[in-house]
Amino acid sequence: MPEAISLPLQGGGSGRGEGERKADLLPRLGGFARLLHDAGLEAGPRRLTDATRALTLIDLKKQEDFRSALRAVFVSRKDDIATFEAAFDIFWAPPDPRASAGVMPGRTRSLPMSPERAKAWANALGLNTSQMNREQEPRTVPETSSGYSAEELLRHKDFEAMTWQETEQVQRLLAQSPWRVAERKTRRLRAARSGAIDLRRTARHAIRSSGELMRLFNKRPRLRRRPLVLVCDVSGSMERYSRVLMIFAHAIARREDLEAFVFSTRLSRITRLLRHRDLDKALTSVSKGVHDFSGGTRIGEALADFNRRWARRVLGHGAVVIIVSDGWDRGDPAQLTAELIHLRRSAHRLIWLNPLLGSDGYQPLTRGMVAALPYCDDFLAVHNVQALDDLGRMLADLDIRPTRRR
Amino acid sequence: MTAPASIDEVERRLRERRYIGDRGLATSIFLALKLEKPLFIEGEAGVGKTEAAKVMAEVLGARLIRLQCYEGIDLAHAVYEWNYPRQLLHIRLLGEGEDRRTAEREIFSSEFLLRRPLLDAIDNDDATPPVLLIDEIDRSDEEFEAFLLELLSDFQVSIPEIGTIKAKKPPFVVITSNRTREVHDALKRRCLYHWIDYPDLEKEVEIVRARAPEAAEGLAREVAALVQGLRTMELYKMPGVAETLDWARSLAALGATRIDASLVDATLGAALKYQEDLERIRQQVPALVEKARGA
Repeated sequence: MPEAISLPLQGGGSGRGEGERKADLLPRLGGFARLLHDAGLEAGPRRLTDATRALTLIDLKKQEDFRSALRAVFVSRKDDIATFEAAFDIFWAPPDPRASAGVMPGRTRSLPMSPERAKAWANALGLNTSQMNREQEPRTVPETSSGYSAEELLRHKDFEAMTWQETEQVQRLLAQSPWRVAERKTRRLRAARSGAIDLRRTARHAIRSSGELMRLFNKRPRLRRRPLVLVCDVSGSMERYSRVLMIFAHAIARREDLEAFVFSTRLSRITRLLRHRDLDKALTSVSKGVHDFSGGTRIGEALADFNRRWARRVLGHGAVVIIVSDGWDRGDPAQLTAELIHLRRSAHRLIWLNPLLGSDGYQPLTRGMVAALPYCDDFLAVHNVQALDDLGRMLADLDIRPTRRR
Repeated sequence: MTAPASIDEVERRLRERRYIGDRGLATSIFLALKLEKPLFIEGEAGVGKTEAAKVMAEVLGARLIRLQCYEGIDLAHAVYEWNYPRQLLHIRLLGEGEDRRTAEREIFSSEFLLRRPLLDAIDNDDATPPVLLIDEIDRSDEEFEAFLLELLSDFQVSIPEIGTIKAKKPPFVVITSNRTREVHDALKRRCLYHWIDYPDLEKEVEIVRARAPEAAEGLAREVAALVQGLRTMELYKMPGVAETLDWARSLAALGATRIDASLVDATLGAALKYQEDLERIRQQVPALVEKARGA
């Protein structure tokens, strides 16, 4: 909808001048809200109203307060702060197209939107497209992995090449498998036939019969499905499996509370990318969002990253963690061991799936596998749909047959 | 006390009570007060989220009502509960002859009501509306969030036996989260949002000076620099500002006016709370101390 762009914007100028009257500000604020919306933030009429009210309360000449006020209204999660800041810089203080030092140091000027939208916005604001979407530093191969940079060629894996029939078959088989993750007891109680005495209901009933305890009521902890966390190796050696693994992840994400991550040399969270109902769309967004498909493998580093950045956020409520990897690790085995010990302590159950385990005569002798094996609760194959079915059954029985941990 | 009339005043009053926050926080607080919206504060553990609410109560001259969330928290713990033992006792003492309907009306009156924090925040006689702190909401579950959503939109609670109770003036609500899970968007949408980051060196020195005055100036700076250094390292658990303060106080209690490797080694547990982190950092203490003393 390019007509949305024809706003009364005085793009390219110095933004909010001192003499700018509030009446001029409102349409511009609407334009800013639209930019935020295009960049994926929630910027509906309600927020716009709040923003308008907020701006009547502050001193508009103070640039920093102006910025903070809009941030308080439009941002509602940390992950959106960077997008907001970039949008603010672009919209309210566009850099002079001729000057090269227009970018604030340490801040990326990059908005997550399609090239067409970015171009339309650039036109409306009188910028050139590179100023709309400029990353501070060109993407470089991390120094730590310079040893095998050939593998790390940040390739964009082409998911679209997968034949439709293949996808359809695997998808259908996975859709039929009886996926139900085991339940854990929560702290919330519900009425039940037996269990602890429910004092509230018992007393309520007794009051109706003049204080006589005629009947006892019971309560029991309510059950909830355990959350699943999938950490998938998509490095070069796993290439043959990564496509089907993503289909697998998508199939569970549709039914279960799933957090999904992939890694080769770096860890990426793909939970949100998998949310598309349509498999093809989900896979496309994953392949666009993850840049190191089929790179090298550093399992230890990926898990270290997971433990530090994500464990506290996704391992609550008795989560089951599933790592999928063939164990071809080029990192430090000692680090892998240390991180697995830590991970296992925060997870209800730690499961390692290895596609090679399904082949005849396979011995888990790779360095990574040797380092990992003693610390996993389960070590299972994952080479065909049957193996996935077995895994599903095992997950359903998790709390019926608890393992003894070493 | 009157409500602050400008962002500057919020900032000044926070400082007077030794809360050193950034301008963005003062802006958010000011707007939350003016727009009568809850303020949703997120940040890593120990950056002063809860403290912000406590200080705000002082700033406004209001009572602080705190609801600590936990897994399984429900209305009986958060809003109200009938005092069943008392009700039962009362109804049995009445004996046979009394009119049961009158008795029932009697025992479902406010006299038999156990008032929990949320009811208290809505129904009270405070001259200044209280500050309601809903702490660590990420620990509660979705059902409770859904209830809060309802409560925060019109500040009223209905108790079937008594009726609907509506706040005369809404309380100032501060919700904090450590992000152990993502809180639902619908709830966040009702709120203004602020992310509290770790402070930079100068600000952290200022915080230590304000909150742990027993630490000498040189010590305050070196401890702050040390913690800033630790935050750049790969740790399972980063030390927050709370840890910086604990550490400065511990060292001051030991009579230190500067840091050295052996003192730091002996008190490292004030900053690092994971065995793996402690072990790893222990080996690097002399280098870290060297760097912090140069800051």
